[in-house]
Amino acid sequence: MDFLTAHFATILFYILAALTVAGGVGVIALKNPVHCALSLLATFLMVAGLFVLRHAEFLAAVQVLVYAGGILVLFLFVIMLVNIKRMQPEQVFLSRLAPAAVMAGVLLGGIMACLLLIGSFGPTGGATAALQSVQGQNLGNTEAVGWVLYTKYLVPFEVVSVVLLVAMIGAIIFGRRDPALEGRGGRMER
Amino acid sequence: MIGAAHYVALSVILFALGVIGVMVRRNMIMVLMALELIFNAANLNLIAFSDRLGDLSGQVLAIFVITIAAAEAAIGLGLIIALMRLKDTITLDDADEMRG
Repeated sequence: MDFLTAHFATILFYILAALTVAGGVGVIALKNPVHCALSLLATFLMVAGLFVLRHAEFLAAVQVLVYAGGILVLFLFVIMLVNIKRMQPEQVFLSRLAPAAVMAGVLLGGIMACLLLIGSFGPTGGATAALQSVQGQNLGNTEAVGWVLYTKYLVPFEVVSVVLLVAMIGAIIFGRRDPALEGRGGRMER
Repeated sequence: MIGAAHYVALSVILFALGVIGVMVRRNMIMVLMALELIFNAANLNLIAFSDRLGDLSGQVLAIFVITIAAAEAAIGLGLIIALMRLKDTITLDDADEMRG
């Protein structure tokens, strides 16, 4: 892997970037939600590859585990759950304002590209070794990320755990069967 | 050599695709998927500049972004189930009670 990222970084970047964009286009352009989910999976995996190219090996693993393994499975579960009832892929799947929305998105992308590319000419020159060293020792990316996460960012880390707890409670409450929320005519009687 | 600018360009493309997806799709699940594209675009930027500056804070922030994305997906999919129960559809055009 080191050999690949050292000698073929440019070609790997272009291949992964092309596949990422292709996956993104698939997500917003395919009709069938299951196809969209698989396209999203491709995007996630390619982005994980791009993380490896930028010396973020731990993030790449987290990307595969959490996104491809967790979130995407959640999406597929919900697609299957909803699909049983009604979600015909052949129905009109784009909103009426699609052309205007595409124009607005392209415009937004252009503006952001200008602003961000100006920013990317800013300061540079961090050593790659800094991403893998703990207090001067070269221990690897995972240890280095853990060191920063549990020292410098300890309080945000704990706050994020509270956010996750709140999200879990919220998801349970939304998913609960509430008689006041039943559809008209009580379609969901058990 | 691939610099941060390449990553920024890719991230802008991915972000714009996500925004277009959020605005264009009528299916609520697809809107959430497009949101995930936006999160990934933000993460790409964080990782690219983390590498450029030699600072691990970007990678830690990306971990936080992934965490929040997981929370958002759980809440959003819970909302989809609730909407499905309430209206028997997940097409966003049909959820227009709040329209004036």
